[in-house]
Amino acid sequence: MKRNVKLKTKNSKLSEDKVRHVAKLAKLELGANEIEKFQKQLSEILDYIEMLKEVETKDVEITSQVTGLENVFREDKVEKSLSQEEALSGAKNKHQGRFKIKAIFK
Amino acid sequence: MELNQLTIKEAQEGLREKRFSSVELTKACLCQIEKFNSKINAFITVCEKKALQQAMKADWKMENGKWKMEKLPLLGIPLAIKDNFCTKGIKTTAASKVLEDYVPVYNATVVQRLIDAGAIIIGKTNLDAWAHGSSGENSDFGPTKNPWNLKFVPGGSSSGSAAAVSAQMCLGATGTDTGGSVRLPASFCNLVGLKPTYGRVSRYGVVAMASSLDAIGHLTKDVTDSAIILNITSGKDINDATTSKRDVPEHLENLKKGIKGLKIGLPKEYFVEGMDKRIVERLKEVFKTLERLGAEILEISLPHTNDALAVYYIVQPSEVSSNLARYDGIRYGFPRNKFGDEARRRIMLGTFTLSTGYYEAYYLQAMKVRTLIKKDFEKAFAKVDVIIAPVSPTLPFRLGEKIDDPLEMYLSDILTVTANLAGIPGLAVPAGFIDSSTGSLPVGIQILGQQFSEELLFQVGYTYEQETKWYQQRPKL
Repeated sequence: MKRNVKLKTKNSKLSEDKVRHVAKLAKLELGANEIEKFQKQLSEILDYIEMLKEVETKDVEITSQVTGLENVFREDKVEKSLSQEEALSGAKNKHQGRFKIKAIFK
Repeated sequence: MELNQLTIKEAQEGLREKRFSSVELTKACLCQIEKFNSKINAFITVCEKKALQQAMKADWKMENGKWKMEKLPLLGIPLAIKDNFCTKGIKTTAASKVLEDYVPVYNATVVQRLIDAGAIIIGKTNLDAWAHGSSGENSDFGPTKNPWNLKFVPGGSSSGSAAAVSAQMCLGATGTDTGGSVRLPASFCNLVGLKPTYGRVSRYGVVAMASSLDAIGHLTKDVTDSAIILNITSGKDINDATTSKRDVPEHLENLKKGIKGLKIGLPKEYFVEGMDKRIVERLKEVFKTLERLGAEILEISLPHTNDALAVYYIVQPSEVSSNLARYDGIRYGFPRNKFGDEARRRIMLGTFTLSTGYYEAYYLQAMKVRTLIKKDFEKAFAKVDVIIAPVSPTLPFRLGEKIDDPLEMYLSDILTVTANLAGIPGLAVPAGFIDSSTGSLPVGIQILGQQFSEELLFQVGYTYEQETKWYQQRPKL
């Protein structure tokens, strides 16, 4: 099914700088040749989503969840959890029973 | 009939009457997997040794009378698990290279419940990586093929689960449905696919995609089997705070009640522009059949249907960007440079729509329109008992047809996302086959109901299924 949405040919919604910025926020490394590809694809999707701006939503409440549940708690008791060994079982870099990560401070 | 071609119910009866053993049943499934999985690529991991061990244990329990049907309803039944469900000691990849070597140290709640009911885990099925997709082509481990025609997609994201059940490699399989990912592949593969009410089934231990939309469902050969599985998977879970305290009904009880006097809604907005005319014709025939069986068909309106896809493609990527932030390669898995294109696309889209300066225009607006969509359904269900609609605007499409156009692929979800946004259940059932120059391809319908109305969906689905018996057909492999 070819999309019948008439896309307004606006200026690209996302500049290359914006794409780089978003990638940085999301901790994703994009290759030089990838920025243009994603810019085009993301802009097309954002153009499609623009249609929502036309919908009248004055005085409409938001829906962030559909269950209606609130304040679902359990007893504040310590319960069985993973052992240290289990917790470390997937890590590629460990040291003395701890996760090893890149230095934050030099 | 080969043992792997049985339904769950038939297998339960056969095992109880000692007509065959669980080992024989499991071997039949494993044999089918060995014969056809290289062509179809339904499984990422096959648990041959473990499955046979479990089967032997099951047979021993049955021999020694150490079981009660009510306590172990799935004893000896081989099922497949979509590879975004954590399985203790069994590699779980979400079909992504980021988790290529990840072995969970715990079972998802649903997996544990199925195991506690006696089920045998025969393997982990392929999917679009991170459940991002509608065709099965986004897997980092190769696309899955539709057993009805290997040049066509099985639908996604529960592509492997659908292919596995449809190709008679197992008796049922779990799936997840965030925007249609159980209902669409079920519909493309002539299967029954349930998306339960949000909060009916625990999401604990399932790789999170969009936490306010994810529903934990399953694919089976017929409606009875679907109800059998829901009986086991549903119910409050202390590990998932969004699960409902509501009692779990006996989902098989009303199956044979029929549909006399039931009001079925026909939503006019679901017959979208550009929809395949043959699907429109088929829906008309479905409605005629339902009328013959005693139901009353009423045209209804769900006015915000047209906006639903845009709402979904803001809310879902936003939640995805948050959920996939945990994959940093530190505690498990590989670093973020192993994410595929679709994952990166969605993460970036979500990061953008949640970022400063754009949150109000996109995410906030989407959350408001989501309320309007939910209200559309509430108004409709005041007039009708269930709603019946097509699942997809197209028949199963060819591998490669939409992969280069992400937006084109997203449009496959146009009729399924509304149920996830509103949190209501949907049951996809087979509605026959449509002939074309390339052969016959399956088409399905979906039955939508109010929250926690799964019993009614099964009732309607069972009535239609028994009248038409589409589910009895099997692909020629």
